[in-house]
Amino acid sequence: MARIAGIDLPKYKKGQIGLTYIYGIGRTTAEEILDEAGVDPTKKVQDWTDEESASIRRIIGEIKVEGELRSEVQTNIKRLMDIGCNRGLRHRKGLPLRGQRTKTNARSRKGKRKTVANKKKATK
Amino acid sequence: MARSLRKGPYVAYKLQKKVDQMNDAGKKKPIKTWSRASMITPEFVGHTIMVHNGNKFIPVYITENMVGHKLGEFALTRNFRGHSSKKLK
Repeated sequence: MARIAGIDLPKYKKGQIGLTYIYGIGRTTAEEILDEAGVDPTKKVQDWTDEESASIRRIIGEIKVEGELRSEVQTNIKRLMDIGCNRGLRHRKGLPLRGQRTKTNARSRKGKRKTVANKKKATK
Repeated sequence: MARSLRKGPYVAYKLQKKVDQMNDAGKKKPIKTWSRASMITPEFVGHTIMVHNGNKFIPVYITENMVGHKLGEFALTRNFRGHSSKKLK
């Protein structure tokens, strides 16, 4: 069982997938880390030797992951909101930031549809 | 797509000139501009720029955090007053 960068321990997965359970590590970064550590990327997490997981841990220690990364993202967002630029205002309103349409779609930002009840039809 | 670094940040020539003049004279007074595409450079910090939004000029006080953004980002061009309420028939 491997425990890296705090709370993460996927076990029966291959190394390159297992590492992506850590916030801030995707497929590319995972492969780079395993390459640098000299570990076969298809080796399962549970089969790592102590030295291997130690060197992986050391490499991950050099990059920003998990809480540290999350707080960086949050301060970036906060900065945008504080200076009152368009992107900041969109963050505040929970709408898309990059000029996408909002008449339809944009559900990732807006969340579940909130139906406004009983729109009166024009009487003839 | 980001602008080529070779060219450096875009600042409208007239605006740049006015800011430089104010910095030389040590004066602070609002500058009106239509140049929403101009990048905010460190020289702008502390000035108030009146940025046109298509209708009127919005005063924007430039702080250090704003460096690197464009002036237009701080003067919204659209005015959303909310959806019509149900009571208004």
